[in-house]
Amino acid sequence: MSDRASPAANTFDDEDDVVMSLEDVSVHFEKEQGVVSSLFDEPETVQAVDDVSLDIPENDVLALVGESGCGKTTLGKTIIGVQRPTEGTVSYRGQDVWDAKDGRGDPEIEHGDIRRALQMIHQDPGAALNPNRKVLTTLEAPLKKWEPDTDTEDRRARIFALLDRVGMQPPEDYAHRFPHQLSGGEQQRVALVRALLMNPDVILADEAVSALDVSLRVETMDLLLELQEQFNTSFVFISHNLSNARYLAKEAGGRIGIMYLGEIVEIGPPEEVLNDPQHPYSKVLRWATADLDPTAQEMTDPPVRSIDIPDPVDPPSGCRFHTRCPEAREVCTTESPELGEGAESPGGGRCAACFRTDPDHEYWDSEPLEGVDDAETPSLEK
Amino acid sequence: MQGQTTQRGPDSADPVIEARNVSVTYDLEHRDAMVLDDVSIDLRRGEILGVVGESGSGKSMLANAMMDAVEEPGITTGDVTYYPEDGGDPVSILDLPTEELKSFRWEEVSMVFQGALSSFNPTMSIRGHFEETLDAHDYDVEEGMERARQLLSDLYLDPDRVLDSYAHELSGGMSQRALIALSLILEPQVLLMDEPTAALDLLMQRSILSLLADIKEKYDLTILFITHDLPLVAGLADRLAILYAFELAEVGTAEQIAHNSKHPYTRALLQAVPNLDAPTETMRPIEGTAPNPAHVPNGCHYAPRCPLATSECHQETPPWVDVEEDHRSACFHTDEAADAVPFDLEEVSDA
Repeated sequence: MSDRASPAANTFDDEDDVVMSLEDVSVHFEKEQGVVSSLFDEPETVQAVDDVSLDIPENDVLALVGESGCGKTTLGKTIIGVQRPTEGTVSYRGQDVWDAKDGRGDPEIEHGDIRRALQMIHQDPGAALNPNRKVLTTLEAPLKKWEPDTDTEDRRARIFALLDRVGMQPPEDYAHRFPHQLSGGEQQRVALVRALLMNPDVILADEAVSALDVSLRVETMDLLLELQEQFNTSFVFISHNLSNARYLAKEAGGRIGIMYLGEIVEIGPPEEVLNDPQHPYSKVLRWATADLDPTAQEMTDPPVRSIDIPDPVDPPSGCRFHTRCPEAREVCTTESPELGEGAESPGGGRCAACFRTDPDHEYWDSEPLEGVDDAETPSLEK
Repeated sequence: MQGQTTQRGPDSADPVIEARNVSVTYDLEHRDAMVLDDVSIDLRRGEILGVVGESGSGKSMLANAMMDAVEEPGITTGDVTYYPEDGGDPVSILDLPTEELKSFRWEEVSMVFQGALSSFNPTMSIRGHFEETLDAHDYDVEEGMERARQLLSDLYLDPDRVLDSYAHELSGGMSQRALIALSLILEPQVLLMDEPTAALDLLMQRSILSLLADIKEKYDLTILFITHDLPLVAGLADRLAILYAFELAEVGTAEQIAHNSKHPYTRALLQAVPNLDAPTETMRPIEGTAPNPAHVPNGCHYAPRCPLATSECHQETPPWVDVEEDHRSACFHTDEAADAVPFDLEEVSDA
């Protein structure tokens, strides 16, 4: 299936363990147009995800981090087969998800089975639960649909056991409440239970803890981790917060993927990506994450040449970060670096899409762009 | 026990706004709901004071009360005094007539909320907002617009482009910065900011904070910065005030709070915040939930969740204890807090 040679951080050699596999996936959206302009102009397209290859093995945690509009949610939805890619393939245990959906070829795995194996928890649990339904009714619905043979007693027993498991005790009491009678953290747990009832292989958690209070975040993440271990589920965790992403990825022994304008620019184990970031953008995010110690953090100017993110309709040529990158040179405006190029995973599985990881690249002879400190010498290859 | 102070004069050095025994209550059908309980704090001239609290802790109420902007039917009691820079007569904000309050709110003390989109009128250009504000307060519009352009470029915005735009045409970070510029157009002394960066990305949040630090120096401002995000303000603020369930728990310099907190809640909060440098094992959630405003416990509001709570804590309001100069904690067990809730920033940062 895959003929890639290097065991880079985004793909895995051992195909047996891979649940989801993305190959050269792009998702482009056409912007809405007025009637007149649609007759004459080509529609503008937003490149939400551009040429991403990625494997999700079993029992893994991948945390995707990036600014809003970087395409992390779109990529997450593509991973769990909710968003159809405009290019590339998404496969579940070797079966192309969209072929199965469209009935193309002879699918080995039914689309319904794939859908059940891939679940999602949304950012706003209040909006994800039907306000007119009791918790029990909400949780029974998927079981009734997919396992119509189970009798009521068994069904409820399973629901109560799971509610109990996520700390909603006594479960009988919680099951008969309406969503508005639950706190935000409890609503999020109900959403989690709903996803877990299907015994999924992958759960996408889109900013699942961002909306919660600071004091609840660690608790909720601990719960996610416990359940991940217990149910052997893989998690794709989306966050704009590097600290939360680190906590989850580190505790689970997973990976952090940094996204910028539709591309993964660096991916690997959290300690490597965060303690020794190779991509200038990862360093910028590191700067942006406040330190608890007031003496350790000085109010320095942002280490970017422009603090606003470019329009994704018209992303910059070459490396997409070159308009803001503090290290950009001429070559970055025309050529785009590939993830892992030159890096050959020096640190055991981490890769970054930056010319600076390759000591022999023509980047080093290229002219620095305006606003880039040209006195700077190669600093990454100390 | 260490020297106790009364609620009067907790932090005296040259205040701009002095809040004393400020409470906000809502009269519900069956009982009163207390959303701010007897808070006394000074905003000192030239400082950045960070007010940190979880959602529903009353932190927005504190800012609203300081401007007498609590919405009906909320009732604000206590005293809020404003001391003008030129040494003029102190102003009692809660007693100001409506007209004077209006001019006071933009010209002396200005406010920035989260979500700039809802603060701007969607049918009016950004330029319109600046001109209207200047005009309404009888300021020279031409001169004011010069200042607007300067403020916008201080905030890394292109004045021409931004002034001609409508709020929805700007990104979240840009409109939030434009709103900060607008709040400063009448050259106020004090800026009250309520979660001004909460809806933004981390990178934009930090960028705005670093711009704020520059702007504060340049325009000689005093800033009250309200947030739920302790690490975010720790580096920006001179002093921090920790609010728990409608009352102040601890006040001190940012260093004192981060390194040497003497309140069990602050320490638990420090432990609970996911942090890039801390070993993940040291992060611990806070057990229990915050009280409902209609059912606030007697005594210390944190007592039901506090590992140190004794019967005294459940019955009586804890006194303010002066831990060090400028550092006070409202707790019966100030001396035991460090042992009961271990948190060592040094250890955490070195890991």
